[in-house]
Amino acid sequence: MKRSPIGGLLILGSMALAMIGPIATVILWAFAIKWRYPHLLPTEWGMKYWFAMLGRETVITPVLTSLALTSISTTAAAVICWPAAYAFARLKFPGRQVMLFSFIAAQAVPKFALYVSIAVVFLRLGLVGNFWGVVVVQMLSAVLFMIWIPTAAFRGIPPALEEAAFDLGASRLRVFVQITLPQALPALAASYVLAFVSILFEVDGALLIGAPTVTTMPLLLMSLSAQIIVQEAAVLCVLIWVPCFIVLLLTRRFMTAKGIAQGFGV
Amino acid sequence: MLDIDTITKTFAGAPAVREATFTVQRGELVCLLGPSGCGKSTLLRVISGLTDADSGQIRIEGADVTAMQANRRPTAMVFQSHALWSHMTVAQNVGFGLRVRGMPRAQIAAKIADVLDLVGLSSFGKRLPAELSGGQAQRVALARCLVVEPKILLMDEPFSALDAHLRKALREELKALQRRSGLTTIFVTHDQEEAMELADRIVVMQAGRVEQFGPPGRLYRQPQTLAVAQFIGVMNTCTTAIQDGMARWYGVDVRAAMPPGEAVVLCRPEDLYLDPNGAAATVTRVIDLGPVTKVNLITPEGDLLTWTCARDLAPVQGALVRLMARHLHVFRGGNLVGRIEQPDLVFQEGAMT
Repeated sequence: MKRSPIGGLLILGSMALAMIGPIATVILWAFAIKWRYPHLLPTEWGMKYWFAMLGRETVITPVLTSLALTSISTTAAAVICWPAAYAFARLKFPGRQVMLFSFIAAQAVPKFALYVSIAVVFLRLGLVGNFWGVVVVQMLSAVLFMIWIPTAAFRGIPPALEEAAFDLGASRLRVFVQITLPQALPALAASYVLAFVSILFEVDGALLIGAPTVTTMPLLLMSLSAQIIVQEAAVLCVLIWVPCFIVLLLTRRFMTAKGIAQGFGV
Repeated sequence: MLDIDTITKTFAGAPAVREATFTVQRGELVCLLGPSGCGKSTLLRVISGLTDADSGQIRIEGADVTAMQANRRPTAMVFQSHALWSHMTVAQNVGFGLRVRGMPRAQIAAKIADVLDLVGLSSFGKRLPAELSGGQAQRVALARCLVVEPKILLMDEPFSALDAHLRKALREELKALQRRSGLTTIFVTHDQEEAMELADRIVVMQAGRVEQFGPPGRLYRQPQTLAVAQFIGVMNTCTTAIQDGMARWYGVDVRAAMPPGEAVVLCRPEDLYLDPNGAAATVTRVIDLGPVTKVNLITPEGDLLTWTCARDLAPVQGALVRLMARHLHVFRGGNLVGRIEQPDLVFQEGAMT
C-alpha cells in the first residue's frame, strides 16, 4: 500500500510556516506604514521608516560598527581556531580531551559573569569602551562553533587521504592546504556562518565591554525597543538579517548536508 | 633492491613488527601474507615511511632511507580504501604527484592520458571519484601511484573491499601490468589464494614475525613453521609423542627417526589415501566440490580429519575407512623438525579388520 503524501506535506507546510512566518511578518512590517487589524496585509506601503532610520547617524554608525566588528572577530576566530581544531583532531597531546571539554564547560557558565571578570581585566588594559576590546570579547563567543565543528570535521577526514598525498611527495603544508582544507570546507563554512550570526547578535559582551562608546546593532535595537515603534524595529531587524543572509549565500556553495552533518560529528 | 633489516615497531608497548628481515629483488612481486593484526600493514607503512620503525634499517637500492620522510622516499602506496580525493577529478587525482614535482602542465596532461590508458580508464579523466565504481576507483588509485614512476609500488589490501569476481579480474590485470613494467611491488593481503596467485615470493607473517619467505609452492609443500603450515591451506593436525623412533598417528604407529618427545604431526588432506593398514575413521560428511570431493571423518578417539580425493574414490557417509598419509610434517616447538615421506607403517596386531 502506498502511503498518501498529504500527511508529510502538512508537516512540511506547517514547519515552513513556523519558520518563514515570523520572518515574513517582520519584513512586511519593515515596509508597512499602516497595518491594523483585521487586515491581513498592510493597507499602506512605503519606505518611509527606512529613510527615517537610515537618515539618523545614531543608526548608521552601529550598523557599520556591527558589520566591521563581526567580520573582524569571526575571521580572526577562524584564523586562530581552525588550525587549533586541526591539532585537536589529528595530534595526540596530554589534556586534549580536558581542553576540548573545557570549551563546552565555559559555555555553561553564565556569560554575563564571565564578561564581568573580563571587563575588570580589560579596564586595566584600557580595552573597555574600545573597538578592539569588543572584537576580543566577541571572538570568545565564537570559540565553541569554531573549535567543535571543525574538530569533528577534521576528524571525519580519513587519515589515508592526507597520507596518500604526503606519500606522493607533497609537503605537510601542501597536504593541509590542498587536501585537508577542501575536504573540511563544508563544515568550516557552516562554522563560519554560525559564528558570524552568533557574534552579530551578541549583546552581553558588547554591552559590558563596548558601552558607552561602541554601540552595535543589537544594542541599538535594545535601546530603541523602549520607545517602541514596530516599523523602526522591523527595519533594524531586516538590516541585521541582511548580512547574515549574504554570508549564508556566500558559503552556500561549500555547504552540503553531508559536509555539515560531518562537521557536527553525526 | 629493497632490504628490510631487523625492523621492529612497537605500538604502546605491544610489538607490531619484530625483527623483520628479508630482501626483495628488482622486478619482484612480493606478498606480505598473514592473519589480521600480524603486522603486515605496519611493515608496509614502515617501508613507505608513513610509520617510523623503532629500530632496524630500510635500504632501497643500497641507500639507507630509514630516516627519510614518506614524501621523499621513492615509494608510492595504494591504500585499501583507495583514498581518492573527492574534491578533485580523476585527472587531478592522478596528476597530483606530478604537480607536486613541478612538472610542466602539458607534460602532466600527456602523462595522465598515458597512465589512464594503461589502467583502461582513458575516458574517465573528467569524472569525480564519487562517480566511479569500486574497481574503477582502485584503478585510479593505482594510476595515481604509477604516474610518479616509483621504484617500489606498495599495495595495502587494495582489492579486499571488492567483490570476489572483480577481485580476481583486477588481480590478473595487476599481475600482467606488473610483469610488463617490471615494477618492484609489495602487496599486503590476508587472502592466501590472492597471495599464491600474485606473488613471486610470499612473506608469511604471524604475531609480528616473519615466519617464512619463499615461493608460494614451497610454502605450501615445505612449511618451515607450524604457523605457516596451519595458515596456508588445510592441515590435519595430530599431537603425539615420539618414542623409540615411533610416532603414534591417529591410532597407528609410524616410523619416525627422531629424538623422543612431544611433537605435532601434520598432513595435507590430499596426501591421504586408502590403505588397509591405515588409521581408522568414520565418514561424517561427503562434500562434492566439483573438481575434488572433500570427506570429513572422525577417528574413534574423536579427532577430526579432512580428506580430499577424486569423486570415484569417495566413500559414503557412515562408512568406516582406513587412511594413510604420503607425507607427514613433524613440528616441535613451532618449528619443523622433519618430514616423513611415504611413512613405513608398523603392523599392529588387530589392525586388519
